[in-house]
Amino acid sequence: MSRLKHESSNRERILDVKPEELLYSKTHEWVAIATDEAGAKVATVGISAFALEALTDLVFVDLPQVGRSVSAGEPFGEIESVKAVSDLYSPVDGEIVEVNSTLVDQLETLSDDPYTSGWFVKIRIADETALSGLMDHAAYQKQCEQEMADE
Amino acid sequence: MEASDGTIQKTPLYQWHKDHGARIVDFAGWAMPVQYSSIIQEHETTRTTGGLADISHMGRLRFEGPGAAVFLAELLTRRVADMTLGQIRYSLVTNDSGGIMDDVLVGYYHNAQGQPYYVVVVNASNRQKIVDWVHKHLPRERAEAPGNEVLFTDVTHLWAMFAIQGPRSVVLLQPLIEVDLRSMKYYRGAQVRLLHPAAQRQGGIISRTGYTGEDGFELALGAPIAAAFWEVLVEMGEPLGVRPTGLGARDTLRLEAGMPLYGHELCEKTNPFEAGLGFACHLVGYDFPGRDALLKLEKEPQRRTRVGLQLEGRRPAREHCDIYAGETLAGKTTSGTMSPTLKVPIAMGYVSPEFSQTGTQLLIDVRGRKEPARVVELPFYQRKTK
Repeated sequence: MSRLKHESSNRERILDVKPEELLYSKTHEWVAIATDEAGAKVATVGISAFALEALTDLVFVDLPQVGRSVSAGEPFGEIESVKAVSDLYSPVDGEIVEVNSTLVDQLETLSDDPYTSGWFVKIRIADETALSGLMDHAAYQKQCEQEMADE
Repeated sequence: MEASDGTIQKTPLYQWHKDHGARIVDFAGWAMPVQYSSIIQEHETTRTTGGLADISHMGRLRFEGPGAAVFLAELLTRRVADMTLGQIRYSLVTNDSGGIMDDVLVGYYHNAQGQPYYVVVVNASNRQKIVDWVHKHLPRERAEAPGNEVLFTDVTHLWAMFAIQGPRSVVLLQPLIEVDLRSMKYYRGAQVRLLHPAAQRQGGIISRTGYTGEDGFELALGAPIAAAFWEVLVEMGEPLGVRPTGLGARDTLRLEAGMPLYGHELCEKTNPFEAGLGFACHLVGYDFPGRDALLKLEKEPQRRTRVGLQLEGRRPAREHCDIYAGETLAGKTTSGTMSPTLKVPIAMGYVSPEFSQTGTQLLIDVRGRKEPARVVELPFYQRKTK
C-alpha cells in the first residue's frame, strides 16, 4: 500500500499536474501551461473528471494531426460515448505540437487518469488573450456544482 | 411530447430511480432512467445474467367485449380474430396509405373471472396518436353496437410494466409467478397470480417477450404495488447478478438484436415491406386502414430496404448519416452505436435495394468523413440457444 502511494505521488510530481493548479474552460477542458525549450508557451489539454463522469461509456476519441492550427472555442477533436458525440474545444489559439495517440486504443486511460496520462494534445500558444477567459479550479468547481443542480 | 397539461409523466418507480442514482431523461414525455451505472455494464449484465427495466412508459391499451376481436382485426395489420388464449403477436398499425403509425404487441388473455380481453402495447411516443386513432375508428355507435360492444380503456397509468431479460430471468421470476415459466413459449403470456406479499394478492400479466435479443419476460402489474414488487425483484435478483438497467442499455440491446425502434427505423413514411416487417401484415381477411395501399405496395418494387451495417473503423455512425456506394448516394442510417457485445460500430439504415446484399461495401458519411462499412445480416447478435 505504501509502495503504491509512493509511486502515485512520484508520478504526479514528474508530470506536475494537479487538478487544483489547472485552468478550465466552460466546455470542461483542462489546460496546463508550460514553457518549452524555445521559450514558447505550450498548453496541455485534457477534459475534467467531471466531464468524463458525465459522459460515461467512452467508445471513441478523434484527435487532430500534429501541425494543425486551432482557435480558441473551436473544436479540435471529438469524444464519443455509447450515447452521444461531443466536440473537444480548444481553449487557446495556436498549433498542435503533440498528440496523445495512445489514447485512441486505450480509452480507459482517460477515466483512470484524466489529469496525467489522459491528456489529448499539446498546443503551442500563438496568442495568449484566450487564457484570460479560462477559470481557475475554484471557479470551475462552482460551474460543475451549478450544472449538477440544474440537472 | 409532454402530457396534455405540460407536466412530464412519471412511472410508479420514478422515486426509486432517483433514490438509486439513475440519470433521468425526458423520453417521449416521461421522466425515465437512462442508466444507473454504465450503459455498457448494464448491457453486459443483461446478456450474461439479467437486467430489470422499468418500461411503464409504454402505452397499454385494453380492449374487451364481444366486438373487441373484430375491432382489433380491423385496426391492426396482423390477424387477431384467430388468436388463442395466451397468444401474443407483433403487429403494426398503418395509416390509410400503408405508412407505419406504430409497431405494437397484441396479447389475448382471460381475467380471473374467465372474461377475455386484449392488451395492445404501444410505443410511449405514439400512445396519444394511437388512442386518437382508436377513438376515430370506434365511434359511439360502434362501441355500443348491441351484441358487438367494444370497451376500450387506456390503462397506461393504472398499470406499471417491467422487462426482466437475460439468461437468469426464469430462475428469478419463477418463485414469484404461479404458472410454469419454463414451459411458457416465446410470444405467449398469461394473467397470473403474483406469489409475494408485496403484490397484495393482486395479479399481473406475464409474457415471454422482450426487446433485448435475450430470453426474458415482460410483466404488467397494478401501479399501486409496482414499487414494492420491483424492490422484491431487485433484492431477489442481487444474488443472481441481475441488476436494474436503464433505457440506454435497452437501446444498445435492441440495436444488436436488429429490432426496429419507432422514430428511428419506423415512421409514417415507412412502409412495412421496406422495413422488413411484411410478416406482420395479413392482407387477406379483415380490412384495416392501409390494407388497400399495402396490397399495391406489396407488388411494387421497393424503393429502399432496411439493412444492418458494420463499420470497419472504430468511429460509430449515428442516425441521419448518408450512406454511399462509391460516389452514389445509397441511403441513410437510422440508428447506430458501438456494439458493446461485438465491440465494433454497428448501424441500421435504409439503402436502395441494389446495395442491400449482404457483403456490399458502402461508405457512411460520419460528420464529413466517409467511413467504410459493409452490409451484414440482421440481427447483429443472436443468443445461443441450448
